[in-house]
Amino acid sequence: MATIAGPTRMIGAPIKRREDPRLIQGLSHYVDDIKRVDTLHCAFLRSDYAHAEIKSIDTEGAKDLPGVVTVITGKDIEGKVGSVPCAAEIEGLKMPDHPALAIDRVRFVGEPVVAVVANHPHIARDALDLIEIEYEELPVIMDMDKAIEPDSPLIYEDFGDNIAFTMPLDEGDVDGAFAEADHVISNRFVNQRLIPNAMEPRGVLAEYLPGEGTLTVWSSTQVPHHLKTILSLLVEVPEQLVRVIAPEVGGGFGSKLNVYAEEIVVSYLATQLRKPVKWIEKRTENFTTTIHGRDQINYVEIAVKNDGTITALRAKLLANMGAYHQLLTPIIPILTYFMILGAYKIRNVKLELIGVFTNKMSTDAYRGAGRPEATHIIERIVDIAAQKLGMDAKDIRFKNFPQPDEFPLDIPTGVSYDSGNYQESFNKALGIINYDQLRAEQAELRQQGRYLGIGIATYAEICGMGPSIGVAGGGWESGTVRVERTGKVTVLTGVSPHGQGQETSFAQIVADEFGIDIDDIVIVHGDTGRQPQGIGTFGSRAMAVGGSAMLIATRQVKEKIVKIAAHLLEANPDDLVFEAGNIFVEGSPEQAVEFTTIAAEAHLATKLPPDTEPGLEATHFFEPGNFTYPFGAHISVVEVDIDTGEIDLKRYVAVDDVGNIINPLLVTGQVHGGIAQGLGQALYEGAVYDESGQLLTGSLMDYAVPKATQIPRFETDHTVTPSPVNPMGVKGVGEAGTIAASGCLVNAVVDALSPFGVTDIDMPLTPNRVWQVIQDAS
Amino acid sequence: MISGSFEYFAPTSLDEALGLLGEHGDDAKILAGGHSLIPTMKLRLAEPAVVIDIQRVDGLKGISESNGNLVIGALATHHELESSDLVQQRVPVLSQTAGEIGDLQVRNKGTIGGSLAHADPAADWPATILALDADIHIAGRSGKRTVKATDFFEGLYATVLEPDEILTAIHVPIPDENTKGTYLKLHQVASGFALTGVAAIVTKSGDTCDSIAIGITGVSDVAYRATGVESDLTGASLTAENIAAAAEKVVDGKDILEDIHASEAYRANLAKVYTRRAIEQVAS
Repeated sequence: MATIAGPTRMIGAPIKRREDPRLIQGLSHYVDDIKRVDTLHCAFLRSDYAHAEIKSIDTEGAKDLPGVVTVITGKDIEGKVGSVPCAAEIEGLKMPDHPALAIDRVRFVGEPVVAVVANHPHIARDALDLIEIEYEELPVIMDMDKAIEPDSPLIYEDFGDNIAFTMPLDEGDVDGAFAEADHVISNRFVNQRLIPNAMEPRGVLAEYLPGEGTLTVWSSTQVPHHLKTILSLLVEVPEQLVRVIAPEVGGGFGSKLNVYAEEIVVSYLATQLRKPVKWIEKRTENFTTTIHGRDQINYVEIAVKNDGTITALRAKLLANMGAYHQLLTPIIPILTYFMILGAYKIRNVKLELIGVFTNKMSTDAYRGAGRPEATHIIERIVDIAAQKLGMDAKDIRFKNFPQPDEFPLDIPTGVSYDSGNYQESFNKALGIINYDQLRAEQAELRQQGRYLGIGIATYAEICGMGPSIGVAGGGWESGTVRVERTGKVTVLTGVSPHGQGQETSFAQIVADEFGIDIDDIVIVHGDTGRQPQGIGTFGSRAMAVGGSAMLIATRQVKEKIVKIAAHLLEANPDDLVFEAGNIFVEGSPEQAVEFTTIAAEAHLATKLPPDTEPGLEATHFFEPGNFTYPFGAHISVVEVDIDTGEIDLKRYVAVDDVGNIINPLLVTGQVHGGIAQGLGQALYEGAVYDESGQLLTGSLMDYAVPKATQIPRFETDHTVTPSPVNPMGVKGVGEAGTIAASGCLVNAVVDALSPFGVTDIDMPLTPNRVWQVIQDAS
Repeated sequence: MISGSFEYFAPTSLDEALGLLGEHGDDAKILAGGHSLIPTMKLRLAEPAVVIDIQRVDGLKGISESNGNLVIGALATHHELESSDLVQQRVPVLSQTAGEIGDLQVRNKGTIGGSLAHADPAADWPATILALDADIHIAGRSGKRTVKATDFFEGLYATVLEPDEILTAIHVPIPDENTKGTYLKLHQVASGFALTGVAAIVTKSGDTCDSIAIGITGVSDVAYRATGVESDLTGASLTAENIAAAAEKVVDGKDILEDIHASEAYRANLAKVYTRRAIEQVAS
């Protein structure tokens, strides 16, 4: 079951994305491009305060503005719509009520307080300036270390503290290992808050037809099926009458793996006003009120032997929830908890994960979601240990890798790595970069006063999100394959690609199975009206889980085709092959029946074999038995200008093992994009709030996302260790680049500055910060 | 990002534009390339009642040579200055500066006149225009006047322009062949503005510095000439030691900006390092 059987013409081919021509030409439709007659436009007035009582709201001025249709507050909809949902189930989790519009109190800057609907978006915007809200400020809690102190002011008085949950772990003999350690390495790591910044901001258009009772919602979302179910409950329209469509979605990176207040309010307004209502997020709103990523403070210690063996790890992980739980907020840091041991066989582990409420926007899934934090922690502290031991950063890693024959490998944090060969990918990366020569060059340059740094990150990550026991809302996926009368093939999938390119990679698989032209295959996604059941695209799961569902459905249809073809050809079904649009007995292509003929016969239903139903369609729900665990080795080379702290990224080598590869072009693209985002965290990005809770990095003038001109040429390669947990042996590649990159780059810069005695630098490594570290060290 | 409502005018002559400006006074804003004004309006940090778009005004565009000067129309875009053969031949440091501004989209629309009139403390043009001793040409209803660049900037987003005046052109004296210039900058990585920008113009005979002009942007609330550095090196030999010692004086007497992107100490250091490197580059 490790690889796909049959002829492989398309699988493995670097086919260009079939999605791109329409996107490049502007022929496609994002939410804001969808026009419905008589659409009304919604705008939200948001809190200017991070923590305050709402004393009064005066909406009269806004209501009087010509063109304004309605103005609603939290009190107006209280009890009529449900609150913003959170899917987390964690023992002892404190679950604050999260009304879609604030009632009585606001808890972060940007929280929606009033919604205005007008007949033009500009009027809705103008009306916001005519609303008067009287606030009484409350103490603002921004700092996690302070928030968990007993005397901290509270965000929720009822809870008694600002701790959302605590998750402990104590496996093996941690105290014994530390007592016997030759060295104990300790460090405090900050994994700073990031702002996802999808190119297309969020947007929602809702239309309610009172006669039919149907609610159709177009939303820029990664999870239309979850949104359908949840909206039906929150705005009380029966689920089978709700249709959610994710049209073109211009990036998500996890930020659209959610159900947001605006989706709830706009859908509710559409049912009440009985006209289409649209809201398109502004970039400033995207900064303050679309979920943020990361934001952890980690106190970490490892016990190390003189030979570099790491015997134990203990850590206190503080994870910033923000003011409310969004859909998966508390779950994200649990992935850090699972993956904190990275690619190393460390048998004794003690963890305390603490979720902390603060007066900030909620955190949630952002590319990598918990694993970049884990990789950063373990890859940084392993480097610090190597530095202290005087070991090469390469050697300490080989020392602690598990052997390839140890997989599947149970990890003390409670997960089980599916397959791996960490030595192979690392050796390949070391070879590409020519590691030993690079170290010699580094030593030579130091003599000349030039500071070259070499950074390594060897990682293991968790993705292919399933099985259901580990994924809130379900870890399965659906796939329907239908051969139409004309022989065209429709694939309906529950995954919801928003840039990943599955209209191409899924079609490659079906093309090979059926032996037909890829252009005869259409992949339909992101529409609950066409594929009613599904989960969505996140956690690098689409190919591993959704692709597997589709592959199995394809093979079910194929079985039926074989049966019909064998009947028509009077051949043994076991001897038939599919090739170039024909089905024939292997070795006798001259006696073929065309794929299109079978398609027609299946629907004409006059020449079918006995006991065969008409039609060629199958649906399969696939749930994997385990997560997948991609791994790899990234190595970067930087040069630091010690006068100014500027970093010149000279090389970046990435050898990723993501299992079998369907489309190497798409895989490379994912690695490139992933590294760019990891590089963004390492070098540029970071949400900065002031003490009063105002977001200082609230625009692209102050928050730096990496630009094409700042990215070097990536040198990418792969090893292939198939996953045993799905029929294609794929692991998933959507996040790997991001997961490895930040630790890799920080390790390189710290390595460059090690002659100054520098052992750590907090991200982002701005020139100012690097320069300051050099000043402080020298 | 939706601006407030405003009245829009698109005059075709300078007189018409000045008339509108006189009529609406403080309620009006001039729109040139729009790369400072429009973002501010979309954030509703500025809500002018009247916007006077001068793109169609005759005589504000183009770059030419006249009487030993490069005459740059206020509406010349950064990209025009970056790519103009005339500019590259006569005053290449102007092209170099233009190439450091924002990104290609910004350079295609943004104008030198708009940038100078806006006087952003981290804009690139002020440093180079100051160092080149340019003249700023200004028109008002009562007539025209010319101001030296060194007298033009008054403070944070403040210049000598009166509310009813329009910046029309910049006249840059074309340096002789013994003069070299450069503009070095560290970008604020999000906005592309200068964390520090240093324009250095040096005229040498042999190793001796006959004259030197250093324009600094991004460091203080207004761009300035580093006169301490200039007087130290004028008439001096341009040795590495002399340059390094002089560059240490680049922020003397200045209040240095501090923000989330750079501390005061770091900006001071950047100014010194970039000043040293800029002078070394033109001295070599």
